[in-house]
Amino acid sequence: MSENRMSGAEIVIKALADQGVEVIFGYPGGAVLPLYDAIFKQNRVKHILVRHEQGAVHMAEGYARSTGKTGVVLVTSGPGATNAVTGLTDALMDSVPLICLTGQVPTHLIGNDAFQEADTTGITRPCTKHNYLVKDVADLPSVMHEAFYIAASGRPGPVVIDLPKDVQFAEGEYIGPEKVEQRHYQPQKTGDPQSIKEAVDLIAKAKRPIFYIGGGCINSGIASCRAVTELVKLTGYPATTTLMGLGAIPSSSPQWLGMLGMHGTYEANLAMHGCDVMIAVGARFDDRVTGRIDAFSPGSKKIHIDIDPSSINKNVAVDIPIIGDIGSVISQMLDVWKKKSPKIDGKAIENWWKQLDEWRSVDCLQYEQGSSPKDSIKPQYAIQRLYELTKDRETFITTEVGQHQMWAAQFYKFEEPNHWMTSGGLGTMGYGLPAAIGVQVAHPDKLVVDIAGEGSTMMNIQELGTMAQYNLPVKVFIINNEWLGMVRQWQELLHGGRYAESYSAGLPDFIKLAESYGMTGLRATQPDQVDSVIAQMLETPGPVIVDMVVSKEENCLPMIPGGAAHNEILLGLNEHEEQTQSEDGMVLV
Amino acid sequence: MKNNIERHVLAVLVDNEPGVLARVVGLFSGRGYNIESLTVATVSEDDSSSRINVVTSGTPMIIEQIKAQLERLVPVQEVNDLTAEGPHVEHEFILIKITNTGPERLEALRIADIFRARVVDTAVDSFVFSINGSPEKIESFLELMRNLGMVEIARSGVVAIKRGEKRIDND
Ligand SMILES: Cc1ncc(C[n+]2csc(CCOP(=O)(O)OP(=O)(O)O)c2C)c(N)n1
Ligand SMILES: [Mg+2]
Repeated sequence: MSENRMSGAEIVIKALADQGVEVIFGYPGGAVLPLYDAIFKQNRVKHILVRHEQGAVHMAEGYARSTGKTGVVLVTSGPGATNAVTGLTDALMDSVPLICLTGQVPTHLIGNDAFQEADTTGITRPCTKHNYLVKDVADLPSVMHEAFYIAASGRPGPVVIDLPKDVQFAEGEYIGPEKVEQRHYQPQKTGDPQSIKEAVDLIAKAKRPIFYIGGGCINSGIASCRAVTELVKLTGYPATTTLMGLGAIPSSSPQWLGMLGMHGTYEANLAMHGCDVMIAVGARFDDRVTGRIDAFSPGSKKIHIDIDPSSINKNVAVDIPIIGDIGSVISQMLDVWKKKSPKIDGKAIENWWKQLDEWRSVDCLQYEQGSSPKDSIKPQYAIQRLYELTKDRETFITTEVGQHQMWAAQFYKFEEPNHWMTSGGLGTMGYGLPAAIGVQVAHPDKLVVDIAGEGSTMMNIQELGTMAQYNLPVKVFIINNEWLGMVRQWQELLHGGRYAESYSAGLPDFIKLAESYGMTGLRATQPDQVDSVIAQMLETPGPVIVDMVVSKEENCLPMIPGGAAHNEILLGLNEHEEQTQSEDGMVLV
Repeated sequence: MKNNIERHVLAVLVDNEPGVLARVVGLFSGRGYNIESLTVATVSEDDSSSRINVVTSGTPMIIEQIKAQLERLVPVQEVNDLTAEGPHVEHEFILIKITNTGPERLEALRIADIFRARVVDTAVDSFVFSINGSPEKIESFLELMRNLGMVEIARSGVVAIKRGEKRIDND
């Protein structure tokens, strides 16, 4: 038997190894037994056994986003595949490169409603970048390698490979990645030079410019983030980042105005509204960012750099679109800028900064933390202290979804890309805990904290078992307000304070829960306990669950209500006793 | 917004592989785009490529989105907007069965003759005509026929190609 003859299952595992995959996240079942057998017989690819397939996908997402590599998932047919769907959709929305291998019933049973059969390629077609059903073992090596290329190139995304069991058993010829030809799918990398010149001219002449930086920069890589940072610095212009773009430029930069959007800062949102030139870099004008679309940044010329042509002119018409990879396009811009060394309008920029500083002085994120033992802990305070006590070491933060997520985005500061993992596009409760596990697997010696809400934590709580099995020292930092806080906030603002079904009842005692898994559980209920609990958490070598019992009815502010414009941003809710929401706005999510 | 709706004919070359039509159709339904007609058949000698002719409508911004979204699909080789790219011919083929008697039957035959439709089947109370031509010609033929009896229509949908020597796979 030639060295390259092997079973389909072995071809899959060899292809993974040759693609540089070190670890995969999975859960076994009948339709993937040959694959598990192949895993058992080798030691190049490590397997992490999860507790639910959704968890596997979020772990792979955390792994991918914290390393820049492609995450890999392995699940069985039918329920295994359907359980993965939420994670795949999440990865598609947030452009995370993933490969998800799904088992399938043998080819002769496809379409027969066989046991654990699901139309996996049908179900996952709209929630993947691409998917394959491999019916012939001869196609397997090229599909495997092409899938890795598609997942990671251009705008990254998840790719499903559906593997019927007979194909896993069938013998075939392995072909290495270097021998596989790419199809016509070739995303454009460098930007059109003429547009780049025009953009540089426009940027140089701006009087009230702003850089609007999104997650695309981070996907483009660390070097690209450095290039963007250099351009921002070179111009001296202000910059804001989206939820997904946090860390693309250092938060310590005095030019950074914070995050923009629904819960972004006052200064970032007003700057977007009032700017005359907007430079959108790897951002997609999402509705959480733009607010009311017809009132979005009405007086500005817009430059939009993105690798995905379909992101351009989708929600907002732009003046200078540049299609290309952020890293390449920004370096091209830097070259032109340096060659020309254009004179910027110093006076205008100075006035702009005066205005920005005035907006900044509103101090829109302020909150009041009482200091007596009877005072409750403010959620903002808990996160701010977490930041202060961890900022001197390399820390990776994941979050769940809700108020705590927005507070984490506001109060935790990032100097580097790939250290902030949150579910932005889909807003998936239950993302943070498994994502943190994936991050920890990739960075075993680093501090990984899941800033969580008690509600979201319950959505993938089963993954504590995975943490326990591999003794992964993830810190689950629960901002426990005993409410589905973000839902409660909207009900307060828009539904007359009728708090339908948004109370978190029936919660476990998180300390006992931790202990039942052999982990450490800690709790703080008073402001003066916050620091010591965080310190204890950091000193504990293994996994820890922290139950931060915080004030129940704190609202996340500032807030641009759905359907409102940036300049209608609210700094507090009580200034609006009666809701001001338009009917159009009410229907928005 | 609503009043600048344009009709566009797109020619989409795709890899001829399972699921490719589902991808294209799913894209249109998932994103709420219109399909006025759609035809698909393989067009390369080795059967490796298919051509999808799709007639759609939307604002110019939506039309641009449709093209960009189609281009994102991995098996899509290229998307040509024939409406935007210059002169082209649009053709449609239909079979129409008309059931009637007496003077209306004669009138149907007369109109078919004017439109150069062919009679492909005759029975005592019915004809089947075949006709091809521009969508406008087909529409007016159908309208006349509908006045002359019960009709059943089988319609191919629009296929289209550029005028002149330009091909979509080499420009
Ligand atoms: C899977 C899923 N279901 C429902 C929602 C809607 N939702 C958004 S935030 C939220 C409340 C989250 O509560 P919690 O985790 O306690 O966070 P908090 O807002 O209290 O900080 C809900 C239910 C969602 N985002 N994801
Ligand atoms: Mg809560």
